[in-house]
Order: sequence, then structure tokens, then C-alpha cells
Amino acid sequence: MNKKQKKMLRRILIAAALMIALHFAVRALGDRIHEPVWFFLYLIPYLTVGYDILLKAGKGIRNRQVFDENFLMAVATIGAIAIALINRSGDYTEAIAVMLFYQVGELFQSYAVGKSRRNISALMDIRPDYANIERDGELEQVDPDEVEVGSVIVVRPGEKIPIDGVVIEGVSTLDTSALTGESIPREVRAEDEVISGCINLSGLLRLRTTKEFGESTVSRILDMVENATSRKSRSEAFISRFARVYTPAVCLSALALAVLPPLFFLLRGQSPDWGDWVYRALTFLVISCPCALVISIPLSFFAGIGGASREGVLVKGSNYLEALSKARTVAFDKTGTMTKGVFEVNGIHHSSMDNEKLLEIAAHAELFSTHPIALSIRRAWLEGAVFRDDGEPAEKTEHSGRVLDEARVSEVKEIGGNGITARVDGKQVAVGNAKLMNSLGVAYHDCHHVGTVVHVAIDGAYAGHLLISDLIKPTAKEALRALRAAGVTKTVMLTGDAKAVGEAVAKELGIDEVQAELLPDEKVAAVEALLGKKPEHSVLAFVGDGINDAPVLTRADVGVAMGALGSDAAIEAADVVLMDDDPKKIALAVRIAKKCMRIVYENIWFAIGVKLICLALGAVGIANMWLAIFADVGVMVLAVLNAIRALFTKNLR
Amino acid sequence: MKKSYKIEVDCANCANKMEDAAKKTPGVKDAVVNFMALKMHVEFEDGADPKTVMPAVLKNCKKVEDDCEIYL
Repeated sequence: MNKKQKKMLRRILIAAALMIALHFAVRALGDRIHEPVWFFLYLIPYLTVGYDILLKAGKGIRNRQVFDENFLMAVATIGAIAIALINRSGDYTEAIAVMLFYQVGELFQSYAVGKSRRNISALMDIRPDYANIERDGELEQVDPDEVEVGSVIVVRPGEKIPIDGVVIEGVSTLDTSALTGESIPREVRAEDEVISGCINLSGLLRLRTTKEFGESTVSRILDMVENATSRKSRSEAFISRFARVYTPAVCLSALALAVLPPLFFLLRGQSPDWGDWVYRALTFLVISCPCALVISIPLSFFAGIGGASREGVLVKGSNYLEALSKARTVAFDKTGTMTKGVFEVNGIHHSSMDNEKLLEIAAHAELFSTHPIALSIRRAWLEGAVFRDDGEPAEKTEHSGRVLDEARVSEVKEIGGNGITARVDGKQVAVGNAKLMNSLGVAYHDCHHVGTVVHVAIDGAYAGHLLISDLIKPTAKEALRALRAAGVTKTVMLTGDAKAVGEAVAKELGIDEVQAELLPDEKVAAVEALLGKKPEHSVLAFVGDGINDAPVLTRADVGVAMGALGSDAAIEAADVVLMDDDPKKIALAVRIAKKCMRIVYENIWFAIGVKLICLALGAVGIANMWLAIFADVGVMVLAVLNAIRALFTKNLR
Repeated sequence: MKKSYKIEVDCANCANKMEDAAKKTPGVKDAVVNFMALKMHVEFEDGADPKTVMPAVLKNCKKVEDDCEIYL
């Protein structure tokens, strides 16, 4: 509790104690001490707990802000005291109690909001406080803001990486859980790029910074989360509008309730019962404060966004959380989203020699090529890929001792779009596609697997082919199942890849529709067509890896970029950013959004419902002021507690 | 031009009122109050100087909610 809250608590306790003491004093001494002594005695606790409300109400009137809750509470309590005075009932406790409970409610609200604000900030406690710069052999701590791009910084074990950079020296493991929600540490060594916000676990790292602090991952994430609740959802806008209408409406009804029925009875010649009706009207005023609603809705969103960011799902605004909860159609990019986006040698078939020998020859023939296919062949060789006799990849060997020897290669000729011919170990080797084989007059075997086929011919004879394909992410299938369980009815894959490849992936994963061979701008058109076809009031989400699909991310109702921490354009264009590239996070994001929205609606219905019931009961005289204030504070407390539930996401994983 | 300011306000409804008051201040194109983050984002009209506009915003906010503060 802060100072202000402590002071409030003291005032509440003193006033409550005084009120109880007076209650018993009246019982004991009621016949010996008479009015107006009791009145003045009761004024002490009333003013103790409520003087600031009265002052604020006065200021409000001076500033022409009549309908604020201070004014309402002031009128209601002063009215109640006035009725007690006029009726000579001596029952002042009611007014004091109303003021007391109102203040208890305000205190709780301010405490709960402050607490959850701190909780959520603690979740996102990834802001590094300093960076270590080496000067004359001594480490010096400086403000990360002052570190220039290209500086060398040192990160000791246990410290946070303050700025994005590249490792130039050292080997270590990094805890990335604050950024990605992924609990397995990541190993890094020289040349690896590292992002700020990770915690260095084991070894000393020397980094060269590649960005300024303000542009670094950690700053961007914090910025995004802190500003997220500024983009208001439709529910929030509704509540603001509702509150604006609700309070004046209830106040006018209160006025009508105080005046009209007594006049009606007066005209019919009956007793008008002014006191009774005015009391009912005052009860109305107590109920009229819209605080429970106004506080619990943004708090729910704030908690939901906070909980999501702990899971590595960054939502850029309450409105996107709301939209995500209504996602019925989800369109995916293929490469990088459902598949790893890394081409690997996934099979060697019809080989006339050892599979590994064929790989070695192909890797050497492709030694100088920069084509992605060549890269993947060389990597497969160097990283120790081995293949079973049926051509399927087996477990990689640890230390293969494989190298690429330039001396073994000569006469390299790149045949644009078809492949390469070269002399390897004195033999004439051709590596390339079917066209290359045709032009060389070599008979080749087609491959019935999906992927890119690289044929190899040695000295004019067919030596077999390598199958190169993109791997489907291991969690992709489960991710689609989870999405369906979360209410998504249609899944579409948009890919620039060949039709056969796209269809094979879709079939394997159970995706409903595939649109293949799309150019980037055709993807936008495809999403637009899907937008036209989607069910009413539902939302289309597009998930991409942010490479080449920024326009599509912008065009979809909700653009989700995954594993996009490195790509500025994607973070800029996307509405939701998944910090790692696990497709299961898409379903998790939808589930978090749904839970949050359920809580929002619960709070809306609950708060409005209880208020309306109390208004009705108050109008017919069943509910008194006690019940009214209990309803007001009670609803607020429950709604706030319910809102905080949105923070908990563990069981959604 | 857009700027954000740290604010101090106790209740959510008051934050809404501050937002309304800020929006109505001359020189302010749009204003959003983020109660949870205790921040006010103000978009100024072209040619408006935040140094002269913000005191007016603060004055208007004080009018609707006496207990608020904007850290300029």
C-alpha cells in the first residue's frame, strides 16, 4: 500500500470504530443525552471518512461537473442525514456506513489495480538496467541508452543481455523464457546473433551491438505491451459510452422517483410520504456509480494481455485480443509458419554408390554455388547427415570429420536455373534438375516424394538423386487440431510454393484449403477473397513469418507474425506477435483471447445485472441504502477479482 | 506529432473523464488515456506547440478530476 492508501485505511478504521462506539453509547445513554448532541457526535465519524468526498463534490459543482460519483455520494449521505433529522429517528449510522463502504470500495479498487499493475510489470521485467563496457581492461557499467551501435559489450553469467548483438567471443547458454516462454536454454557461440532480454546462464559473452538500445528487441517489446491497452476494444468503448449515459439517467430517475410518486399520491388526496420516496431516490444515487464496470473491463484486458505476453504472445491492443477471440477462419503462410523454412536433404534414392559418398560428391560439385539448394547440400554433408539403405535420413552422426576440400574440385560451370557441372576427384560430375540430365542425355529416375529433386550424374552415368525438402514443424499437426478445438472452422494455406508441395503439406496437416503458386501480391488478393467469404461477425486471422508477407498481415482482420523478433517490418505490420516459431502458440493465443473475452462479458453482465436488480428493488422500497452500497462495492470487488483471473494462462497451454 | 505523458489518477472513470477533457482542449487532435499503464498519449494538431497546449490540457483535466496529475 502506498502512503495515500494507508492514510485512507486509517481514516476508515477510525470512523468505523467511532461509529460502533457511538452505536453502543446511544443504547446506554440514549435517555440521558438528547439531540442535537448525538447529531454532532455522529458528524465526527462521518466527516472523518467522507470529508474529501464532500470537498471534491463542492469543487465538481464549481467546475460544472455535477454528475460525478463524489457528488452522488455527498447528496445521498447528506440526504440520509437530513431525513434522520426531520424524522427525528436519530439513525445516522446509515449515512456513515454508506460513506464508509464507498471508501472501502475505492481503497480496494486502488489497491487491486496497483497490485495487478505491479504484477504485470513484474512479468515483463526484462528491462536491463545497465550494459558492461570494457575500458582499459576494466568493466564499466553504463546506461544501455548510451551504448553506440557497433560497441563491444560484456555480458557476465546471470546478467541480462541489454542490447541486440552478435557474439564475438565466448560460449554460453541463454535463458530466453522471458521472451519466448520457451524454457529450454539456447546455446550460443561466436557469430550467433543474440537478442536483448535473454539471461546469460553459464559463460562470459562478448558481444558487438547491432542496434541501439531503443531499437533493441527488449525496448520494442516493452513499448508494445505498455501501449497495448491504449488501443481500446469495442467492449471498452461500449462501457465508456454506457457509463456516460448511465449515471445521468439514474440521477434523473432518482429525481423523478423523489418527486413524481408523492405528487401523484398528493393529487389523489393520499398521504405523499415524502420521506420514504426521497429515501428510495437516495438509494438510487448510491447504486448509480458505474465504477465496477469502468474498472473491471480495462483491467480484464490488461491482465489478459499481460498473461499472454508471459506466454510469448504479444498482443498489440485490446481490440486485437477481442478480434482474435472471434477467429473462425485462419489463413497460414506455409514456409516458415507450418514448415521450418529450412531446406534439408531428406532422402537419397537410386544411388549407385554409398549414400554418403554420393552426398560428398554432390556437396563438392556445389562447393562454390550460393544457391539455397547448394547450401543445404553442403550443410547436410558438413553436419554429418547419414542415410539408411532405403534412402530415408537417419540420426546425424556427431563428429563426422567431414570437410570440403577445394583442391578436389575444378572446372566448375554453373548452368543457370538447371544446375552445375564440375570435375571432382578427376571425374566429370553433373548435379542438377531433370532438364540438365536431359541436355546431357542421361536417363534418370523420377522421385515420387514431394520436394526438389537434385539428380547426380558421374562421367555420363546416372548416380542417383537427392531429395531436398522443407520439413513440417513437429508441432504443426497438433497446432491445427488445437485451433479447431478453439473454434476455428476453416483453415487455409497460402503459399508461393508449387501446387504438389502445398497440397502434400496440407494433406499431412489436415488443412482445409490450399492456394499454391501465389506471388506476394496474389496472397493479398487471396486474403481479400477469403475476407469476403468468411461467416458474418467472425474474424479472419492470417499467420505468417513476416518475411515477404507484411502486406498480407496488414490486410487480414488480425495479422499474426511468428518467430518475428528479428524482423522489424513484421513487428510493425502484425497485430499479434508470437515470439517463437511454434505454431501451437497460435491456438494458445486464441484460447487466451477467448478466456479474456469470457471474463469481460461475465463482468459486463454481472455488474449491469446486479445494478439493475438493485435499482428495481430500490424503486419498490425493498432494497435500502445498506444493500445498495453492499451491491456497489461487492460487485466491484468480485468483478476486479474475476478480471485478475485473465492473468492466469497456465491451464490453457 | 504524438507524445506520451505519465499521469497519476485514482479511478478508471476519472481516467475516462480526463481523456474527454484532453480531447476537447484546443490544439489536441486526439488523446488516449491508458489507465492501466498510467499514461496519456496525446496527438497534437499541426502547428500546435505541446509546451503551450499541455498546460491547458492539465487545467482542463483538473477541472473534471481534481485529484489528477500529468507529469509534463
